[in-house]
Amino acid sequence: MPTVEVQNLFKEYSGRQVLKDITFSVQSGEFFVLVGPNGAGKTTLLRILDMLEEPTSGKVLFDGELVNYSTKEKTVLRRKSGMVFQQTILFNMSVSDNVAYPLKIRGESNIEQKVKTVLELVQLKGFERKNALTLSGGEAQRVALAQALVTEPELLLLDEPTANIDPRNISIIEEVLSSTNREKRTTIIMATHNMFQAENLAHRVALINNGEIEEIGKFQEIFGRPSKPVKNFTRFENVFSGQSTASTEDTSIIDIGDGVQIEAAFKKSGYVMIHVSPEDIILSTHPIVSSARNIFQGNITQILEMESAVKLKVKVRENKNFTVQITKKSFKEMQLSIGSRIFLAFKASSVQII
Amino acid sequence: MNITLLSLRVSGAAVLIGAFVGIPVGTLLGLKQFKGKRTIMRFVDVMLKSVVNTFMGLPPVVVGLVVYLLLTATGPLGWLRLLYTPTAMIITQLIMVVPIIIGVTISAVGSVERSIREKALSLGATEAQAAWLVLREARMGVLTSIIAAFGAAISEVGGIMITGGNIRWWTRTLTTAIVIETELGDFAMALTLGAILLSMAFIINLALTIVQLKGARR
Repeated sequence: MPTVEVQNLFKEYSGRQVLKDITFSVQSGEFFVLVGPNGAGKTTLLRILDMLEEPTSGKVLFDGELVNYSTKEKTVLRRKSGMVFQQTILFNMSVSDNVAYPLKIRGESNIEQKVKTVLELVQLKGFERKNALTLSGGEAQRVALAQALVTEPELLLLDEPTANIDPRNISIIEEVLSSTNREKRTTIIMATHNMFQAENLAHRVALINNGEIEEIGKFQEIFGRPSKPVKNFTRFENVFSGQSTASTEDTSIIDIGDGVQIEAAFKKSGYVMIHVSPEDIILSTHPIVSSARNIFQGNITQILEMESAVKLKVKVRENKNFTVQITKKSFKEMQLSIGSRIFLAFKASSVQII
Repeated sequence: MNITLLSLRVSGAAVLIGAFVGIPVGTLLGLKQFKGKRTIMRFVDVMLKSVVNTFMGLPPVVVGLVVYLLLTATGPLGWLRLLYTPTAMIITQLIMVVPIIIGVTISAVGSVERSIREKALSLGATEAQAAWLVLREARMGVLTSIIAAFGAAISEVGGIMITGGNIRWWTRTLTTAIVIETELGDFAMALTLGAILLSMAFIINLALTIVQLKGARR
């Protein structure tokens, strides 16, 4: 029996259609992931599922029961679910009081033990007495996850829970989500624009764009099976996704978020995943004047010396990481170190669709 | 000495009762702006808050006059025989401080991110539990309302002069005593009382401020 069913759901904000005819169902114990670019409607959909907003029309059913949005029913249903917001929201109290809050309002017993267990799960043992507002972004989001998990919900709603945090915290959160889904059989609906997360975690994926579900299915069914070598090679390097807009010349502009736009030598509109080979990127310590169509400024965040070459991670804008591979010789000559300001350049023809 | 105690008693009681009335009302009004989609509700909301803001600056003498007229032997509440008692003074100051507490509480509660309330609801809180949490998050601002109210009450003179009558050993407070001593030309006495008033206000504000900073720093 499906835990969550959404039927022909529409949502309008002052005449603007944010969600159009959304229909899907999620089975009990399923890990369901909504992927799509920013502004696609993922957040609105999750807020409707958390009953923070009501649909303009259409139905939502939990365990086969139609939601009627009475104040009382909302509380009853919310007590069976948990939600983590993209923007971490914590209360001005200690970490353990934050995590205990959902238990206290339910009048549960044995609170201390439950808080302890869940804090261990999200690897925040020892943080109990700290004020939650003093934590780093990643730690704070783990507290928010603990708040959602401490009541052992049947349904977990996650709105880009790892969007603004660093890789180490991301992997802790992914691990917790995966184990919770596996061991507790918690139904999870998560929004993300991180394709690897979708591929690694989801049982099924819904591709959502412009307020509509374009496709639903297994990750591979939707995004195809990239040829093995490409896939292995690109596993974590220079893969971006976003909305592509074909221009009049035979190129496309792909908006990968954070205000970063990549120009590619293909003509395609719509949602794409792209890859730029680390060897195709030219590094320079000064602004580059060249024929390359893509030039970005960034800072070096990681240096990995390999046998024959050096790999550098360069952060552009808020959160776009490019991996660049250069020879050992040029690495020495350029005198690069972590934090160095650097310019990247690559040709539009180096951008491949995957 | 007993005039100092009476000052404290009257203003303290007024602020305490005022807090019991003003904080819940202020919280309700502060939370209103989370909803209020309809134009009529908006209008009522704006009017209500403007009235509260006006009353925050209520002239104590006017309050005193109105309370006097209500409590005077021939007034509608004359049968209570409360005129020229500390109770009358407490009522006078209560009317003054309630709008201050409501007004500052409204803005304190209103400045708590609406996402905090949503988060509480999302975690399964009832409307009342969520309101309580918002109030808790706004606690620093609410404390400010108490500080402001107490400051206004302890330094007030016009209202309690009229309704208390400034009777020695009975309804004379620090502020009304200062008025009398000044009129009698005993400036040394008046200044001394002024110094006592100021240091008392300072000590109480110091205590409240320490509480406030402690809460903010955590």
